[in-house]
Amino acid sequence: MSTTIPIGPFHPVLEEPEYITLQVEGETVLSADIELGRIHRGMELLAEEKTFDQDVFLVERICGICSASHSWAATLAMEDIGGITIPDRARYLRTIVHELERLHSHMLWVGLAGHIIGYWTVFMWGWKYREPVLDALEAITGNRNNYAWYCPGGVRRDVPDEVWPPVLKSMDEFAEKTNLLIGAILNDPVILGRLKGVGILTKEDAIAYGTLGPTARGSGVDIDVRRDESYGAYDEVDWKVITQPDGDCLAVAVVRLLEMIEATKIIKQCIKNLPKGEIRSEVREIPRGEGIGHIEAPRGESFHFIRSNGTNMPVRHKMRAPTFLNIPSYRPRVKGETISDATLIFAVIDPCYSCTERMAAVDPGGKRIANGHDLIKLSHEKTEWLKKNL
Amino acid sequence: MASTLRLVLSFLIFPGLLFTAVIGLVTQWIDRKVSALVQWRVGPPWYQPFADVLKLMGKEIVIPAGARRAGFLIAPMAGFAAIGVVSTMLWLTNMHGTGFVGDLIGVIYLLTIPSLGIILGASASSNPLSSVGASREMKLVLAYELPFVIAIFTAVTKVSPMTLRLDGILEYQAANGVLLGNASCILAFIVCILVVQAKLTYPPFDIPEADTELMEGTHIEYSGAALAVIKLQQAMMLFTLPIFLITVFWGGLVLSGWGILYTIVKYVIIIVIIVLIKNTTPRVRIDQAVRFFWGPVTVIAVVGMILAILGF
Repeated sequence: MSTTIPIGPFHPVLEEPEYITLQVEGETVLSADIELGRIHRGMELLAEEKTFDQDVFLVERICGICSASHSWAATLAMEDIGGITIPDRARYLRTIVHELERLHSHMLWVGLAGHIIGYWTVFMWGWKYREPVLDALEAITGNRNNYAWYCPGGVRRDVPDEVWPPVLKSMDEFAEKTNLLIGAILNDPVILGRLKGVGILTKEDAIAYGTLGPTARGSGVDIDVRRDESYGAYDEVDWKVITQPDGDCLAVAVVRLLEMIEATKIIKQCIKNLPKGEIRSEVREIPRGEGIGHIEAPRGESFHFIRSNGTNMPVRHKMRAPTFLNIPSYRPRVKGETISDATLIFAVIDPCYSCTERMAAVDPGGKRIANGHDLIKLSHEKTEWLKKNL
Repeated sequence: MASTLRLVLSFLIFPGLLFTAVIGLVTQWIDRKVSALVQWRVGPPWYQPFADVLKLMGKEIVIPAGARRAGFLIAPMAGFAAIGVVSTMLWLTNMHGTGFVGDLIGVIYLLTIPSLGIILGASASSNPLSSVGASREMKLVLAYELPFVIAIFTAVTKVSPMTLRLDGILEYQAANGVLLGNASCILAFIVCILVVQAKLTYPPFDIPEADTELMEGTHIEYSGAALAVIKLQQAMMLFTLPIFLITVFWGGLVLSGWGILYTIVKYVIIIVIIVLIKNTTPRVRIDQAVRFFWGPVTVIAVVGMILAILGF
């Protein structure tokens, strides 16, 4: 006889409201069902009502952690439409901020993973190690998050030279601490006992489910947009794509930890080889046309599609966050595991729901019955109703 | 009549419920402060555990719709009372030497009551996460009781003449030095520390509560004063279990002169060991925990027992 165990909609593991139901027998999970759609924000519709310049600020707010990734992908799409080439210095500056973002995102995940397996010390230490990265971001861009750094044609501000030496120093320290953490995690028998062989995603499944980023690389799928379709300064610096063959939680953790070391290498090389010159090429208008921009966000590939009709606003701006493709891989992963590991396996993709969720109202036949404007009207009516009745 | 009154007072006030609760909460503050230092945090002020419990006392008790009311509410009280009794027995034995035949067995028995209370309450609350927590707690109790009993009886074997009276064990230690001086009892003591970790449901054995898996599992449905009683019971266990180990293995509590300082040092050492284990291990899975207790821990306990029989 199986029992239903709910995880969510509100749960200590989920930063955002989501609902997962597990069918369990004893402690063994038979199957899992994931119900998305609790934190939809109407980003795509909003993007169509703003100018290209404003759009960059908007997409930055899709995710508090991948804010550089989304805005870079959006500007890449705009530059793709206009055929705009950007100055070398801007390419390097963009790369530095993007990699710093990867550092703090991965460190945040390490802390969260520690929290999920009940290891509070790792949680606190991980987040403490993350702080200098945010300080570096603040020194470079002026903000800890939502950097307002990318704009069509380049970056928004130049960075004075005296900023770089402390950033280089903090990268060295960060790499040292990360190496310490890698040693501590790989030598702790209890952590290995919790992570090794748990939640295995085979290479075939990883490809079949279309997983991206560290989730795929942890299963031995050798993909990385930074190398495969290079952008920014990635083809001019020396780094390597990290893959692990096992596909279990440990493999994904190792991928993330080693990627942090690679990221510090990329940042240091970019700072050392930083070209002088312009930071922005002038963009007069985005012409009629379609463009795509995709980049390797910390969680996988972020994809942006923009269609322009020659006005100052996009007529369509489609965004896809990596979590959208990574979430379904939870089902093959969790089958046969215990409840204890269910939340850990879920967190292993580093899910980010509010970035993922889009909404469409369709009838059972699949026909669209309401567009974005109708949904906004419904939402307004609901608010009015609440105001009157509460 | 007067002696009955004295007994009731010693159960309710000193060294029973009230005293144990107050010292337990102070110990909990030490635990939180040391954990904070390990984790590079500041940690709460000294009155925080008291404030938490007082605030909970004033809150509404919500009883879930499908719950069995009586079982749900009585369960926390059972554990609370049992720990009060244990504390009273230990302190009276240490202070006045008032034991009775078999009080050691009584203490071991009473120390399982809180776990049973938690299982009862969790099962009565009709929450699926609670029942998973309850089943885990049950497995955990089954896992750690065997090595715990073997370890305690190692001390009993070591004492000559063999006795099941706590004051007998204390008298032997007063005459022949603490039991912790023997190899067999050191092994038994290590086993007991691990078991205490599980009895307190501290990491790595916080499996029944597991906030990131079961959202506090066994007491997810508790609120208000009922939750306060559970929190108090946990604080009291944090105080009583080290006192029990000191009594059995480490010469008991000396409450005069420099002995007071020595007693406090012994107590703080055990607390710090517990807190350090808590902060340097992640939570294990229930199957790993059961394997751990029935495997290596039981083996260590049995080795200790054999050494004790051989006279080490």
